[in-house]
Parts: sequence; structure tokens; C-alpha cells
Amino acid sequence: MIRCAASAQECEVSALMPVLKTGSRLRSAVCATEVMLVKAPATEVEICCGGVPMLDPAATKPSGLAIAADARSGTALGKRYVSASGDLELLCTKPGEGSLSVAGVPLVLKEAKALPSSD
Amino acid sequence: MNLMMLLEMAASGFGDREAFRNEGASLSYADLFRAAGAAAREVRGSGRERLALLDTSSLALPVGLFASAWAGVPFVPLNYRLTGSELSRLLAEVAPCQLVTDPERAGALSKLDGSRVLSRDAFLSSARAGDPGESDWEMDPDATAVLLFTSGTTGAPKAAVLRHKHLVSYILGSVEFGSAGEDDATLVSVPPYHVAGIAAMASSVYAGRRIVQLPSFSAEAWVALARKERVTSAFVVPTMLVRIVEALAREGSPQLPDLRAISYGGGRMPQEVIARAMELLPDCDFTNAYGLTETSSTITVLDPEDHRAAASSADAKIRRRLGSVGRALPSVELQVRGEGGAPVEPEERGEVFVRGEQVSGEYLGHGSRLDADGWFPTRDAGWLDRDGYLFVEGRIDDVIVRGGENLSPGEIEDVLRQHPAVADCAVVGIPSEQWGEAVAAAVVLAPGQRAETAELAEWVRSRLRSSRTPEQIEFRAELPYTETGKLLRRQVRAELARFARGTP
Repeated sequence: MIRCAASAQECEVSALMPVLKTGSRLRSAVCATEVMLVKAPATEVEICCGGVPMLDPAATKPSGLAIAADARSGTALGKRYVSASGDLELLCTKPGEGSLSVAGVPLVLKEAKALPSSD
Repeated sequence: MNLMMLLEMAASGFGDREAFRNEGASLSYADLFRAAGAAAREVRGSGRERLALLDTSSLALPVGLFASAWAGVPFVPLNYRLTGSELSRLLAEVAPCQLVTDPERAGALSKLDGSRVLSRDAFLSSARAGDPGESDWEMDPDATAVLLFTSGTTGAPKAAVLRHKHLVSYILGSVEFGSAGEDDATLVSVPPYHVAGIAAMASSVYAGRRIVQLPSFSAEAWVALARKERVTSAFVVPTMLVRIVEALAREGSPQLPDLRAISYGGGRMPQEVIARAMELLPDCDFTNAYGLTETSSTITVLDPEDHRAAASSADAKIRRRLGSVGRALPSVELQVRGEGGAPVEPEERGEVFVRGEQVSGEYLGHGSRLDADGWFPTRDAGWLDRDGYLFVEGRIDDVIVRGGENLSPGEIEDVLRQHPAVADCAVVGIPSEQWGEAVAAAVVLAPGQRAETAELAEWVRSRLRSSRTPEQIEFRAELPYTETGKLLRRQVRAELARFARGTP
């Protein structure tokens, strides 16, 4: 299992992560993935993509980082990813090769709910 | 959050798919993305702070909506049916703007103070030929996306302020990205200044569902276009469904094989009309959507399963749900509050309150109407049943206060409409020396039918209480409605009150 911010280098990266709230956006440090927070957790968490903490969208990607071997199942455009407790929900706005996790625990794909189209 | 995020996702997910069609012209999602960027550059270059649209539905509508989001200016669709002085008042409120309008009006409005007036075609062709440049829209969730004037049936129109966070929350709470099939097409016949028209654009873009625009509604044109474009879904206001049902009934066995879903809202739907529509289109799913301009469109839905369950139930409490607007969206909370301000029990009447991320409740120049806990008073009267189905009875301002008793016009209208001779009706309160207000009704008889006023009064008296029985009934050839199907009660009330005083 990969821990976020496990190395000194990654700690520097994590300092760039903005305060999280609904509507906040993050980009992956190691792939093309971008996400938006649909539901922000009450406590501070570190969201990783490809095993590496995600960045503020305006931040430049640090070099020399790679997707962790066990975090490369990828993200899909328009899909939502949730934590086990359901207090964190992300929407993938740009897909990439890394997969999403919080505190080393992979986020899971949220089942699409079927609502009738109303307009 | 920005509406552009939704379009960018669509353009990257299925850019080549057709997004909008209007007569012969069309836009793919990628076309719309590029045109929005190019038009945004023009708006920014013009220095105008708003992009207004005074026109029927055309491809300039989605380009205008998304260009405004890209440029960071509010989009302001205006009612093209307004008279000169009403329109001048609204334009003064939104100036200085870039105004896109039809070629006939462009000349007449060209002297508008500080504003830049463009014809629809000039706006569109320039947008389609231009360069979108960098994807440089701001993601400020509090930026204003749309200023939408309410219909003003009870007072002067006010502009509801819909911010990007409201509209994006509505879409994320109710639509799954890319969920439409390749052949899905939805027919939009409401005008651009109706919140359902704005919501339809955002939700269809996000779902990847082609929008077919019908700029000028008639039942015949609607049915013909639905067939020609193999339309699979549509949103209509109740008055449109009434006419569509009549047109289909004239055809005998209507053939709309591709049409799978009709949603309706924007006014009270007579139960007989929806029941008849379900008979005529047995393979079609019906969804009743209730919402307000101030709530970024839909807040409750009566879904297709609810419709079928109600239509086939022997239980009166299930069956009456055909007249309900359904249950709250998962992302929305509802309360019905009594006059003291506390929530009332199920089956008890009160004012409908709503809370959720999509709820704006704010008007330009008038501030927010949300209470300290974020609840919005809708000014609609209604009640919930024990399972959370909401029944909306009309505007609180329309409630008739007769001798201290609050009477709902909707309840009396429902009973009158069940009389076989009654095609349509409106119940209003008119001044009364004895009661403060008295119940009066304007009735439209069905073709070839006759009824006496005493008979209709007795019909109501025997089904409701005597206090709810109209003391004055007048027959009319038709009732006054806005283009979006809202009854102009003020007008009916004024006419009936004048008649009561004996000065025709």
C-alpha cells in the first residue's frame, strides 16, 4: 500500500495542495487526471492520484515523480469517486492513468443513480 | 465551478456528437465549445458587462450562454413578448450590455445607451469563424451565470441571480455525465427566458443528449418536428401538453414511435390532461417536474413509476398523486411551514420552503430571500402526504381570504374542471363587503357543451364546503395565459371584479 506524503519530496508536493471545499479542483502530479470536489470532508485529508498527492490546478508539475505501481488503474471522464465513508466525493473532469486514493485507501467508483430527465 | 466545465467535459468526451439542431443548422459539442470561446473573446473585447439575448430559440442561445460563462459575464435572456415600455425597463436594468437579437429588432434597438447591439446571425457567424484561444474562464463558483427575470404574474418582474454554483450543483445533483444514448434527442419548445430552457441546455450538454429547438410552439409543429427529428424526449408546460393531446387525439392512433419520455412543469397540470396523455402515449414515460426560476429549475419530480402506480391504483391516496409534483430531488430538502413559521404535519397546508446547493433565492438589487438556515420561501402554497409527495396549490398571493377562512383557488378549480362541460377555469377572489373577499370563477366550456351557473355552483357545493362555492361564475371563450402557460390571474381578477361592481 502506498502512503501519501511518504517521502520528503512528496511532502513538499503536498504543501501545494489547497484547502479543500466543494467546487475545489485538483490536478494529478503524475498523470493527466483532474478532479473537482463534489463533496468535501469535514476533516483535512490528502487526496492522491497515482499514489502522489494532487496539486492546485495552477501549480506546475514537479519532475521526477511517477505513478505508483499499485495506483495505475486510471480515472474515467465524468465518473465520480467516493471514500468508503462517503464523506468525500470527486468528479473526474479530465481522465488519466493514475487512480485516486485518500490515506492510502483507494477511492471507489460511485454507481450512477438513475434519475428521470426533468428538463 | 463554471458551466464551461460541463461543456469542456462534453467536448472532450464526445465532441463530434451533434449537440444542437435548429431547422437545417446544427452544432456539435466541439463546435459549441469553439464558438463559445470565440464569442467570449468578443464580449470581453467589447467591455460590456452582460450578454443579453432578446430572441426566440436559435443556435445563438447555447453559444450565448456558454460564451457568457467563458467571458465571466452574466447571460440575460429577455422575454421577446414584452411591450416596448416593459422591455425598456428591463434593458435599463441590464445595460450596458452586448445585446443579441433578431435582425428586425437590431435596427430599432441600435441606439440603446452604452450597449452594443448585434443581430443573431452576425453574432453566430463571427463566433463560428473566430478563434477560441486559451481555456481561460474563471472557476469562481460565486460568479453570476444567468440573470433570469421571473414571469411577474403577481408583480413587476425581478431578475433572479443564478450563480455558477447553483446551476452546476443542479446538474451534478440530477444528471449523470454522458448518460444519453447516441440517438437520444430532446425537443425544447420553451423560450430562452424560461428557466427550464436554460436548465435543459446545461443538463443535455452534460448528458450528451442532442437538443432540437422549436422556436415557435404550435401543437402541429411540435408533433411534426418530433417525428422528423426522431425525438426521444421533451419538456413541455401544461398548456402545451393540453394542445399536443388535442392534436394527437385528432389523429386517432397517434404514431410517435421514438418518443419515450415527456417531462412537464411550469404550472398546474389538470389531472384529466395527464391521464389522457398517458392513454394516448402508453409507451411514453411521464415525469412531472416542479421548480422555480429561483431554484435553478427542478426541485421535485413525480417519476414515471409514480405516474403508473397512481393511474392504476384503487387507493384514493395513491391515485391522487397524479396531481402531485412528486418528491424532492436527493440533493434538495423540503418543508411546509404554517403561518407561525414552524413545519406543519403531513396533509396540512402551508408555505413550501426549499433548501439545497442549487437554490439561489436572490434577486438583482433586492438581495437574498434565504433565511438564516438557508431555506427559501417559495411563496407557493402546498402540502405533503405521509410519503413526502408534494401537492402544490398555487401562489400564496392568490389564496382567497373569505371571512377569515383561507381558500385555495387550485382546489376549487380542480373540482370545477371535473364537471364534464368544463374545459378550463380560473377561480379568484374579488372584493366583497360582507366577506372581505368572495369566490368568483371564469369558466371556459368544452366545445358543444352547456351548463348553467347554478348547476356549476351546486357541483362545487356538493363536493367541497359551501364557503368554497363560487358566488359569481362567468363564461369566457378562453382564459389569458402567458406564452409559458402561466395563468394571468391578475387580469382575470380585474375583469371579474369590474363585472361584480356592475361597470362593464
